[in-house]
This record gives sequence, structure tokens and C-alpha cells, in this order.
Amino acid sequence: MIQAVRLQGLGVSPGVAVGPVLRMVREIPEPAPSGPPPSDVEAESRRALAALEAVAADLEARGGRAGGEAEAVLVAQAMMARDPGLAEAVTQRVAEGRAAPRAVFEAFGGYREKLAGAGDYISKRVADLDDVRDRTVARLLDLPMPGLPVTSTPSVLVARDLAPADTANLDPALTLGLLTEEGGPTSHTAILARTSGIPAVVACPGAMSLADGTRIILDGGTGLVHVEPGEAEVEAVRAGEAARSAALASVTGPGSTADGRRIPLLANIGGPADLEAALANGAEGVGLYRTEFLFLDRQEAPSEAEQEAAYAAALAAFPSGKVVVRVLDAGADKPLGFLAAEGVEPNPALGVRGLRMLQRQPAILEGQLRALARAAQVTTSGHLEVMAPMVSDAAEARWFVEACHSAGLTGGIGVMVEVPAAALRAAAIAAEVDFFSIGTNDLTQYAFAADRQVGALSRLQDPWQPALLDLVASTASAAAAARRGCGVCGEAAADPVLACVLVGLGATSLSMAAPALAAVRAALRRHSVADCQAAAEAARSANSPEQARTRARQALPGLAGLGF
Amino acid sequence: MAERKATVKSAVGLHARPAAIFVQAATRVPLDVTVAKTGSAPVDAKSILAVLSLDVRSGEEIVLHADGPDAEQHLDSLATVLETET
Repeated sequence: MIQAVRLQGLGVSPGVAVGPVLRMVREIPEPAPSGPPPSDVEAESRRALAALEAVAADLEARGGRAGGEAEAVLVAQAMMARDPGLAEAVTQRVAEGRAAPRAVFEAFGGYREKLAGAGDYISKRVADLDDVRDRTVARLLDLPMPGLPVTSTPSVLVARDLAPADTANLDPALTLGLLTEEGGPTSHTAILARTSGIPAVVACPGAMSLADGTRIILDGGTGLVHVEPGEAEVEAVRAGEAARSAALASVTGPGSTADGRRIPLLANIGGPADLEAALANGAEGVGLYRTEFLFLDRQEAPSEAEQEAAYAAALAAFPSGKVVVRVLDAGADKPLGFLAAEGVEPNPALGVRGLRMLQRQPAILEGQLRALARAAQVTTSGHLEVMAPMVSDAAEARWFVEACHSAGLTGGIGVMVEVPAAALRAAAIAAEVDFFSIGTNDLTQYAFAADRQVGALSRLQDPWQPALLDLVASTASAAAAARRGCGVCGEAAADPVLACVLVGLGATSLSMAAPALAAVRAALRRHSVADCQAAAEAARSANSPEQARTRARQALPGLAGLGF
Repeated sequence: MAERKATVKSAVGLHARPAAIFVQAATRVPLDVTVAKTGSAPVDAKSILAVLSLDVRSGEEIVLHADGPDAEQHLDSLATVLETET
């Protein structure tokens, strides 16, 4: 009897997945420079050249399937693999006594240096060249190909971490769960998983040592991974999951606490394509429309007519609800071609981004606000509110409100609270605007000076950090004193336990990835405002995120029946 | 030894798709073909990596060399590829 192995990570997207491991490798390690020389030099050369040819044929075949611009890139990569000069360099290095993987690595290295030293046009080609090299070395070392693996079997995708480029072609139907060694609660993997409703565990040491095909149970709530579980264990997990789904499905209707305090539950969307999931999950409106996602990969600002249609679609989807649109939040991790920073910034997250960018390019903001005003006019239903990202003080808030009024917007005008300075001086900002929306991801990043994109800092990016809860509390108090709404639209709102705490801290609405709505709705409905306040107080009395989570759970008795 | 000078007309220079098209055309020529920028050493025109490494910009002049039967005609057709605006 094999002793069951368990790995512990951080659960970031609830749900349980049972299935085989499928590893994704992004970086192929450099083959060791030393080692015994090949016994048969000619056979070793043939092995290297055959690997290059196999890579070329595979790239060509994928190009044929892709077509268009992607085909041109893949065909050029195939030509690199078949390059006569490269073949000569590989053969020569094998003859000098290198094993095939090392010979290939060094031969590519010679060209890499030349290309990297040439002009701007080529820098992109260096990445293409590295990809061909990694594919060839992977083939020779019998490693998985770098990039998203091709499969037709539903699997749990395991990776060191996932970047947006890795997941662009991810098929949710074939992805039972996501498991990464690195990453934190606000990493791309976590956000993608919650948006798609895929169970996920991040920051899980040992994940990449699982072999392809190993059967695992992954619990996206507790962060626990069972390796090669017994049949009885799998059955028990499936039964528990079914009971949880039934408990969640039994709670429907608008968001409210057990004692009837209305807390509108809204969806975060990136464009009209996300509306269907928002409606299917019972969203009462849109709490965060990330308009920059409409325009990623664009070289020019989109036309006002195109923008108007994208905003009107959301208003039409929620005839009796509200739609909160955040104007373009470009810069840092979301650069836009037509809204580029002036020169290279050493710290883009601390640079010209969000409202700061729009203040320097007022024409872009004016165009977007005009499109929003027209969308509100042509759509008789729905209630449009507009907010600005990355506001730091009252003067910035006032500037934005004036810009909105000049464009003819008549609905509520608000600001995101994601800079600690804004949270600390929320009372002054509340005097200028109609509402706040707390962006917990950035607020945590800035409060803890911990880059969201650095997985090693995930403990500091935890929204359960008591310091973050303090900032939310003071912001919500300032909003309440000024009789302003105070929503939370960061990833924190998607955690059903933390959602109760946020309501206890004074949040008046919660906005999240659509698949998270059911769990938050059920958790809130089982607790009174007093329960939520007690949980908030318990969490703020803690001195670590772990302790805050544990104390809040203890103060929320209704969670037990929901399996969180 | 036949020689032919040509000016690269493609907007992106001898990079990306134009480079691939040129190397594919050179590969079909049954002779050794080299390409050089003025003042630099000639490289194998059938090697995409060598051609990209030359970093030829739009409007720059390059020199093609080949030796053997019909070398002149082959170089003329390659020059036509280079002088096509894309």
C-alpha cells in the first residue's frame, strides 16, 4: 500500500478537481557544458540534426493550422531550425566532443549573440530563436515541449507559474484545475482561474516534481493536493463537492445578509464577451468594467463609436442594475500601444499609469468619456457610473469629476481607492466624488511595497493582511461619514470568507469574477451584519494573514455547511 | 563569379517576412549564393540566421555573389525579390 502523498499550496479558486497531471514547462534548462564526449560522433550529429528537423516539421505543421500572421512567424522559425549554417555549427561542436543537447545550445548561442547585437527589429526574433532552441533541446533531453502542452484528455495543468501569453490558448473544457509552484493570490494564474471558474492552487512547493499522468485531487479552497489518492478518497471528495454545489445553488436572488442588509453583488468584466457569464451567475450589475481589456494589442485608440457599442451592451444587459465603468487603466502590467509611457520607467507600477497617464493625454480620456455619455443616452435602461483608476489625492479626484461633467456624464462619478495615500485621506476625497471602489490588489501591492508580479512575495500580497484590512476599514468609515457608497472590486471580494469581513468593515457592494458570485452570495446570506462586524473585528485583532483568516472563520458559524 | 548589387525596398528592411521570402528564393538556387552589406563579410544567402544577423535596413544596398551556370540570371531574380516593395 502506497502512502498517500500530500502537497500544500494556497487555494485561490474554490472547487475540487480530480484528474491526471499535465506539466507545462516554459524554460528549458541550459544543458551542462561538461560531460562525457559522445562515443559515436556521427550518430550524435545525426541525432541533433534529426531533432532540428523534427522541430522544423512541427513548427511548419502548426503554422499551417494557425494561418495568417502566426503562420509567417512559425514558418520563419522552421527556417531557423533548418538553417544550413546552424547545422554546420552543431556538427562541428559535436565533433569537438559535445553531446547533442549542448552542441545545439551553443550553436544557437552564436547566432543569438549576433542577433541580440543588431537592431530593434531583431529583438523579437531573438525570442523566436530561443523558442526553436528550447524545443530542440527539450526533444533531445526528452522533456515536455515548452509552452502549453497539446492534449485531448481533461487534465490538471501544472506549471511553475503561468503568464497571460501561456494561457491565451487554454481550453477551459480540457483544464480541470490549475496548480503552480509559484504565484500568489493576485497572480495571473489566480485571476484567470477565478474568471473561468477553474479550481486552482498556487504557491505549492513540489508541484513541478509530479510526473505527467499522475492522478491528483486538487482542492482550490484549502490548497491541499492529494497525490495518487485511493478510490474511496476520490468518491468522498466528489460527494462533498456535489453537496457544496447544491448548497450554493439553493441560494439565489440579490445579495443580502441574513438580517436583510442589501449588498449588491456585481461582476468584474473586461468586455461584452464576459456579460453572458455575469448574467448566468446572477450578477446584479457590473462593478468593474476594465475598459483597457477592450483595447489591448491595439496600436491606435479605438473609435468612439466602437467604444460606445461596447459600453451600451453592458448597460442593456442590466436594465435595472448599475454598470460601473473604469476609464482606461494603462501602464505597469497593462501597457497599451497608443498610451505608452514617455520613455522607460524604472518602476512602471510607480510610474505614469492610470489617471496619471490620462492627465497627460486628455484627448484619449475625453474621447472615452464622450463615448460613455452617448452610451448612457442611447441606452434608456441601466444606470451608468464612471470611475478613475490610481487616484492619489483630492485634487486628482476633482480634476476627473470635472472632466466627466464637461463630457456630459450625469450619473455617479467615483474613484478607485488603490493608493494608500487615498485610503488614508479618504475623507478629503469623499467630498469630491459620489463613490469609492476599493481595488484590493493594487492597494495591497502599494501598502506592502510588494510587486504583484513577484511570486516570492505572495505572503505580502495576501488580502488577509491586517494592515490592508485597516486601510479598507478607514476608507469605508470615511465613505459612510460622507454618505457615499464604498464598493470593493479587488480579488478579495471573490473570497466568500473575506467577503463577509469586507461587509463587516463597511463595504456597501462587492464586485468579483462571475464564477465567485454564488459562493459569496451563499456566505453572506448565512450571516448577519453583526456576525460580519464580529468577524472583521476578529480579523483586525490578528497579527498575521493566517491568524486573521482563522479568527474570521471562527466568527462566521454559517460557513461550516458550505465547505469553505 | 557573378556579382549583382541591389537596394532593399521593403519597409522593414531584410527582416521578418521579406527575409524569409529572400532566403527561400536563395535556397531554390542550385548554386552557392552569398550576400554582403557594403564593407562587411559575405554570408550564406541560404541561412536565415546569417541574413537576419546582417541587419539590413530599408534603402540599404547589398551585394550578391554566385558562381556557376546561369549565375547572372539567378542573381537577377534574387535582386528582383529584394527590390520589391513590401
